[in-house]
Amino acid sequence: MKPVFMTYTKKDLINLAVCMFLSVLIIPTFITTEYWYTSILIPWLCLALATIGQQIVMGYTGQLALGAAGFMAAGAFAMFNLILRVPDLGFVGSLIVSGLIAAAFGILFGLPSLKVRGIYLMVATLASQFFIIWMIDKFGWFKNYDSSGIITAQDIVIMGKPFTTPLAMYFVCLAVTTVLTLLAMNMARGSTGRNWMAVRDMDIAAESMGVSLLRTKVQAFAISAFYCGVAGALFAFCYLKSLEPVAFDIKLSFKILFMCILGGLGTINGAFIGAAFILLFPVLLNAIGNNVFHGAIDATIISSIEQVIFGGLMIIFMIYEPLGMAKLWENIKITIKSKLSSSNIESLKTSKLKK
Amino acid sequence: MAYERKFKIGKPILEVNNISLSFGGVKAITDTSFNVLEHEVRAIIGPNGAGKSSMLNCINGIYKPQQGTVSFKGQQIQNITPNVMAQMGLSRTFQNLALFKRMSVLDNILVGRKLHTKTNFLEVALQLPKVKKEEKLNRDRSEEIISFLEIEDIKDTPVGKLPYGLQKKVELGRALATDSSIILLDEPMAGMNVEEKRDMCRFILKVNDELGTTMVLIEHDMGVVMDISDRVVVLDYGKVIGDGTPDEVRSNQKVIDAYLGVEH
Repeated sequence: MKPVFMTYTKKDLINLAVCMFLSVLIIPTFITTEYWYTSILIPWLCLALATIGQQIVMGYTGQLALGAAGFMAAGAFAMFNLILRVPDLGFVGSLIVSGLIAAAFGILFGLPSLKVRGIYLMVATLASQFFIIWMIDKFGWFKNYDSSGIITAQDIVIMGKPFTTPLAMYFVCLAVTTVLTLLAMNMARGSTGRNWMAVRDMDIAAESMGVSLLRTKVQAFAISAFYCGVAGALFAFCYLKSLEPVAFDIKLSFKILFMCILGGLGTINGAFIGAAFILLFPVLLNAIGNNVFHGAIDATIISSIEQVIFGGLMIIFMIYEPLGMAKLWENIKITIKSKLSSSNIESLKTSKLKK
Repeated sequence: MAYERKFKIGKPILEVNNISLSFGGVKAITDTSFNVLEHEVRAIIGPNGAGKSSMLNCINGIYKPQQGTVSFKGQQIQNITPNVMAQMGLSRTFQNLALFKRMSVLDNILVGRKLHTKTNFLEVALQLPKVKKEEKLNRDRSEEIISFLEIEDIKDTPVGKLPYGLQKKVELGRALATDSSIILLDEPMAGMNVEEKRDMCRFILKVNDELGTTMVLIEHDMGVVMDISDRVVVLDYGKVIGDGTPDEVRSNQKVIDAYLGVEH
């Protein structure tokens, strides 16, 4: 398909328009309960953004990295300190700088990828997870010597206007996520993304074509950490509204890893699908449990059953659709299209016969 | 050959001097020297395990020979890496196919344009006008190569799904996309049927003829080698046992012995 505007085809523009229409007009008009914004939509956007970061390093560049939450913590605490100590920077400026600080950590912890690969790299990148959390815990300066352990995040103020209602925060997250998603798509489709994928699929051949392994891998780690850092800052300021290192533990890293794999490795839309699935599925199961059994089953049992079903589904998914939900969605679309076109052909045949 | 060549065979472009390579105690290549002249089609032949692929890997910087030097374009290369050689204008294909399997044919060939891509990731992310301009140039060149290799109908297919013969073609295309002055082909016709081989020969000669690209190829099919190459170097047990035009090599007693076996 020929691009109509920049790298986007007509189909992309339609998709973008639909997404924007839904997220900017439909959702704010029809969803009025705060719960949806504070507990589902905002974390969804933040985690989807972090998952894009994970996609860049794992799905596109093929480097098995585990430690997204560490970079998120770096971004979140950088944001806190920047707003506290450099108020002139403003919210957007602080967000960008905290992303860059996370990116610096990304470069540092991406360096082992030059020597080790696969599962060993995964272990090496775990260092980022533990080191960053340890550093924040160890040095009181990062928490502004707060003794309680949990710091309240500052209010979001952009151009003198406060963004404190759930809806306003949703729009902040939406704007940042939209911009960064578009940038990620541009990179993934352009020469940058081709270099990443070349390194992923066959590094020795990539090198023989003049792709520098060092630069490409480090670049992917840096960009990935930038995305995670920004996502972490938003996660802390819009969703948690507090900062504590425990919120960015290894469980969150695993969650992002699952979102990435389940959504579909090497896809940007998969990041959103995967994040939605992992966030919404427990909510859905919980709702079913409550509404079908009407409290006949103990809540603790329901939450355990939830875990069991979730784990089972994950296994089934990996066996039958290892390319993730983005691929599944693609297949469904193709099936529907071919069904439609075949019924078209049949109707054509019958109309011809009638003649 | 009776016809007039557009690009006359010139001075040596690549010189391999006294290369020795061993893996642990096993000697793969021993004190081997030969050269490749500009614009020629040069074949490296030899029985299995003669060290042909190792030779290419030494030239390209994947293996580091213990001894010997490689000179390219009149310059002795210190610290050879695949990247350095690519930047100097040397491209290659691999024996066991080293394509980017999950990427489409077009994208594979576009990766070959890497060295003609000067924009950085930030400019790509922001899709600045110069990125679009450069991307268009690269795409146009890749499309040219695709139509040259007659693979237009598969250009959007992921390479991993293609049959072997076509993958070999794509790999040649990727090497061509670099616009290198020399291309090393590691068994470009292995596992192909007669027709595919004939096609591949046609492409190799056409590239050499129209673009003047120097071709170095490793091949097992003696008929093919003798037909298309200007000069042949024969390796056996990591040593050069014959070097010259196809006719010279064919009548070389050592080569005949190595290929047909000799009574002791």
